[in-house]
Amino acid sequence: MEWETVIGLEIHVQLSTQTKIFSGASTAFGAEPNTQACAVDLALPGTLPVFNENAQRMAIMFGLAINAEIGKRAVFERKNYFYPDLPKGYQTTQLEKPVVGEGYVDITTDDGSRRVRIHHAHLEEDAGKSLHEDFHGMSGIDLNRAGTPLIEIVSEPDMRTSKEASEYARKVHAIVTTLGICDGNMAEGSMRCDCNVSIRPKGQEEYGTRTELKNINSFRFIERAIDTEVARQIDLIEDGGTVVQETRLYDPDRNETRSMRSKEDANDYRYFPCPDLLPVVVDDEYVEAIRATLPELPDARRERFISEYSLSEYDAGVLSAYRPQADYYEAVVAASKDAKLAANWVMGELAKNLNANDTDIKESPVNAEQLGGLLQRIKDNTISGNIAKKVFEHMWSEGGTADEIIEAKGLKQVTDTGAIEKVIDEVIANSTSQVEQYKAAEPDKRGKMIGFFMGQVMKATGGKANPGAVTGLLKKKLDALCD
Amino acid sequence: MHTKSLTELAADLASGAVSSTELTQAYLDRIAALDSQYNSFITTTPEIALAQAKAADEARAAGQAGTYTGLPIAHKDLFCTEGVRTSCGSKMLDNFESPYDATVVAKFKAAGAVMLGKTNMDEFAMGSSNESSFYGASRNPWDTNRVPGGSSGGSAAAVAARLTPAATGSDTGGSIRQPAALCGITGIKPTYGRVSRYGMVAYASSLDQGGPMAQSAEDCALMLNVMAGFDKMDSTSSQRDVEDYSAKLNDSISGLRIGVPKEYMSDDLDPLIAERVQAGIKELEKLGATVKEISLPRTRMSIPAYYIIAPAEASSNLSRFDGVRYGHRCENPKDLMDLYTRTRKEGFGAEVKRRIMVGTYALCAGYYDAYYNKAQQIRRLIQQDFLAAFNEVDLILGPTTPHPAFKIGEKNNDPVSMYMEDIFTLSLNLAGLPGMSVPCGTVEGLPVGMQLIGNYFDEARLLNVAHQFQQVTDWHKQTPAGI
Repeated sequence: MEWETVIGLEIHVQLSTQTKIFSGASTAFGAEPNTQACAVDLALPGTLPVFNENAQRMAIMFGLAINAEIGKRAVFERKNYFYPDLPKGYQTTQLEKPVVGEGYVDITTDDGSRRVRIHHAHLEEDAGKSLHEDFHGMSGIDLNRAGTPLIEIVSEPDMRTSKEASEYARKVHAIVTTLGICDGNMAEGSMRCDCNVSIRPKGQEEYGTRTELKNINSFRFIERAIDTEVARQIDLIEDGGTVVQETRLYDPDRNETRSMRSKEDANDYRYFPCPDLLPVVVDDEYVEAIRATLPELPDARRERFISEYSLSEYDAGVLSAYRPQADYYEAVVAASKDAKLAANWVMGELAKNLNANDTDIKESPVNAEQLGGLLQRIKDNTISGNIAKKVFEHMWSEGGTADEIIEAKGLKQVTDTGAIEKVIDEVIANSTSQVEQYKAAEPDKRGKMIGFFMGQVMKATGGKANPGAVTGLLKKKLDALCD
Repeated sequence: MHTKSLTELAADLASGAVSSTELTQAYLDRIAALDSQYNSFITTTPEIALAQAKAADEARAAGQAGTYTGLPIAHKDLFCTEGVRTSCGSKMLDNFESPYDATVVAKFKAAGAVMLGKTNMDEFAMGSSNESSFYGASRNPWDTNRVPGGSSGGSAAAVAARLTPAATGSDTGGSIRQPAALCGITGIKPTYGRVSRYGMVAYASSLDQGGPMAQSAEDCALMLNVMAGFDKMDSTSSQRDVEDYSAKLNDSISGLRIGVPKEYMSDDLDPLIAERVQAGIKELEKLGATVKEISLPRTRMSIPAYYIIAPAEASSNLSRFDGVRYGHRCENPKDLMDLYTRTRKEGFGAEVKRRIMVGTYALCAGYYDAYYNKAQQIRRLIQQDFLAAFNEVDLILGPTTPHPAFKIGEKNNDPVSMYMEDIFTLSLNLAGLPGMSVPCGTVEGLPVGMQLIGNYFDEARLLNVAHQFQQVTDWHKQTPAGI
């Protein structure tokens, strides 16, 4: 039987406010355990929450970016359950009246484009962390994260492949980082995904029973987790079994999902409106003032990259997805005055080095002005593309401008025709057998054979000879020998 | 000296007739000598009191004294006090020393008040008799075999026995007014939001309100001037400007329109209390007030509505007492569930458990609409009853309680009969309205109270009417035998 996969995502995005959603404690990552938890975060008796308006502003920014209705009157509710890293015994969240209503994002994969509807996005507080190692059989509780503002973005079950799911997550990541409301650092948990996955026979209207894969923190794992889970569900059903509605955990090391808890174990969260917080009422003026501050969003920027820089859809999509990268790219364009060359380098040599060194583009040792300067030297034929890679490597490890490095290393390209001709003559003189083969070859095969002479000339000039000039001259001189 | 009112003592301090240190020592001596009879204090703080008294005397010598400088106060033991046990009358918090001051406590400190100690109360403010206190019931100074009322019973008993000239209380369903009535003192529950709840351990957040308890309306005004006001730490506190509650005390009440709800003067009411209230009404008529009968038809519905909403909120508010971060923790828990269940089984008393169970049940998914939502609807109807009444009258008047103080143990096996004692007070909390209890006579040697109910933020009028009443009566000056 042919199966169709149905996927919906719940994405938790940590908002980059300075302080927590209901207290004045700092939200900075990585501090000593429990040093960023104040009386409110510890849920000391008598403490009360005070809503951080910045979180509201950021959530509305997201709502506007996904073309959503903004809730005019958002209500915080308490989700009650016991857990040691949940100090109050309830999580303050939104249920019936979220800050962001229905919206959508558009995604493109090899299968084409798709609109993913977003059911709503709501504000809530993060829990602390339970640490189960290093405590001799006991658990440690770190409440630094408790109270960090989150928006939970709940999609409709609109995705049909794992690739679409990861692409949707990438798009959300692009939006929140472009808006500057999230640092986008998935390794630190700034964005976490729960994937709801079910399968159904192709053509069937009704959804199958879904499982929820919890807390996936990379795009790659989203795809792998879904693929693994879909394979499990298909095997299960085809072997005559049924899928049980449950929460499952994806183990990336073993590439398998396993059951965490079944629906029967699910808590009754006993939601009710939080009496300590007033409904958050916003008017049109407030929303419009926020709209006026929105930066250019990834979709708009991608379109502009295509029209303004004549980039391919693919290149424009990659370069616009992450705001620091898009900003970097545009700075390189400004410095180099060559959009295509800039795209090739930012997505090629730079990306390769950033990946290899696990470095964010914001911390790139080569800045956009340096790279732009280097590209200029390619454009004006001071150096070849291959030499430029050497200059770049030097730039990456030692710093310096392209001109400084070219000067210091004597890498300036030889464009002087006389000098190049001299080297070509030497190469031809020292390669008699290759010249004979060249002459004996059919004229239409000769083009391929020119590579050998080219390599010899480059070797002799230390790669500095202008490749275009060398090719032209070589061809002319060799062909003259054949006449 | 101990029989003097707060206002008289303020005058004596101002004139230099007595120093704060002398005054404080006199009250500390009385507490040490007499409180074993009343059990009205859970904790006394003589060292803090004498240090604050000394500082107050120095401030006065330096010409920096305010109205409240050097005046003693006792705080109900649910107001957090830095460095001093804040038990809430519970084993759960028997070992809890708050690291911070409640806003109310901080305001009294800033005004130069002297803290004598922390008063006894029903556990987590749940009760109408003080019998649910982990520290044993406080006793009514008028008859120590009887309850002082609750939950602010310790505060009421301490003021009635003249162990302190003033005490703070809190009122969720009558917890200031009912004990004030049963102990022959004056107490006011302000409009919800008038006094900050920050640092006041929550019972039912949408109903809780702190307020003054003292000998007279004039004294309550003095206290409310210190307590009232917006607090940015409490999102539900009102930003409305605070009046000088002492300023209008002597205004004439001629022309005041008083409404007496027929539902209050009903079969539920002890006929002897009805007589005393009628006599009180006569006094106000003599002062120029006009009186008419009104109707608050949903009065009886306030009991079921309250006993859904308050336990529902309490079940969530008390989740934080889990043995993880502070307070009682069971010995050698074998796992997490054991830690939770045993800690809470050992730490909470029967009435608290009863309300947590009722509230948890009411919020469960299948029952939420039938109970919690229905109760909220009733709550709005009750509010509408009051608002309709305030179109016709300036003030509503009736009894505070249906009966005088009952015997300790009398209602222990009948919680519903205990709940019925709150029939006249609960509806104000549901509506958020201000109300006060003023002594209006005795029934068989036991004091009874007359309840004045005002429109929102009409505390100044309530205090004015009560003060005028107390100018022509002396019930508030009467004390138990031997005081």
